[in-house]
Amino acid sequence: MKRGLLLLAAFLAVVLGAAFQAAPAAAGEVAPKVPIDKTKGDCVLPADEMRRQHMNIVKHRRDATMYQGIRGGKEALEACLTCHAVKGDDGKPVTIQSEKHFCRVCHDYAAVTVDCWACHKSVPEKNPFEQAFRLPGRTMRAEASGLAKYLEGGEK
Amino acid sequence: MSEHKADPTFEAARRRFLQRIAGASALTLAPGVVLYTAGSDEADAKAPGEPLDPKVRWGIVIDTRKCTKECDRCVEACKAENGWDAKPGSRTDVQWIRKVNVKDPKTGFEMSLPVMCQHCANPPCVDVCPTGASMKRADGIVRVNMHICIGCRYCMMACPYKARSFVHEDLPEQNKRFHAPMGKGCVTSCDMCAHRIDVGRIPACVEACDKGAMIFGDLNDPDSEISKFVASFPVQQIRADLGTDNGVRYTRLP
Repeated sequence: MKRGLLLLAAFLAVVLGAAFQAAPAAAGEVAPKVPIDKTKGDCVLPADEMRRQHMNIVKHRRDATMYQGIRGGKEALEACLTCHAVKGDDGKPVTIQSEKHFCRVCHDYAAVTVDCWACHKSVPEKNPFEQAFRLPGRTMRAEASGLAKYLEGGEK
Repeated sequence: MSEHKADPTFEAARRRFLQRIAGASALTLAPGVVLYTAGSDEADAKAPGEPLDPKVRWGIVIDTRKCTKECDRCVEACKAENGWDAKPGSRTDVQWIRKVNVKDPKTGFEMSLPVMCQHCANPPCVDVCPTGASMKRADGIVRVNMHICIGCRYCMMACPYKARSFVHEDLPEQNKRFHAPMGKGCVTSCDMCAHRIDVGRIPACVEACDKGAMIFGDLNDPDSEISKFVASFPVQQIRADLGTDNGVRYTRLP
């Protein structure tokens, strides 16, 4: 009897052990994969940690930018958008309206709504802070170009 | 103690000096006449990725003697930079900066000046905000943290300068600006182009002004152009009687 119980226990251990091992693998096949361009470098954390931590990283960075003016780097939102951009049929990165957008790939699956894109732009801008509005030919400070105009006789 | 304090100051001065050398540029005015400017169009600011410097107080001085009635380059630059567009006559559209034309009916004297968020040292909008969304950064920039703004509009009521607007509608994706998110149901206002200042550039309106009527800089740095200007001219604040101590100042007010 005792031997029978031991055998049963051993059998259960093997079966359950196999089941526990199989569970994550099966989930990995079912859960959607986030598209990423690895040529631009690795993400902030490995994928399994990002799955749990990305909202904390984004929120922490949000406060750092609002209160301390910290911008740029890997944790910046523009970095997320750049590496994870998915090109649509027209060759341009898709917006949040598309199901292929990297946020929606998982968030649709998990049925979690994010509000970020109500205000934020959901497609990358090439170096957005450099691209910020610049008038052509205005590299000098305003005073200097005013003086130039004065010396050229444009203004009295 | 004094030795400990002196070091960072020296370091900062040294860095500023090196930056000025690096940014020095030349402009040929006429054959044989070359104008050299120390320092470029950029602000003496922190490197991206570093937290802001609380010793700084950013400010803008507007020389209303140079500002003309017809010109609205600062307004157009702000629109392009920050993705808002106020239709003429609309009282509900988002507006960060506007040109105000004033006239003395007795003498006929006219003048024009841009008015935006005055970046007060004692901002009434921050006092009344129930959530802490209306905030003043350590470097003197007053702005809305839209992440925690609930759209109650107390700050719009409190602002003596009518500088804040409520966003009534969602922005279409193509009109959104990456660095100036604007969401329906939040209050928004001029943030002195914080996204530019954080990466060492000057605000869009100051960059766009071709009359040299706007000077941007650090009011706490006695060597800055703006500090020298406020030290040599009787610069005024709008409604100085309120004691808000504005960061945006004017050379001559009616």
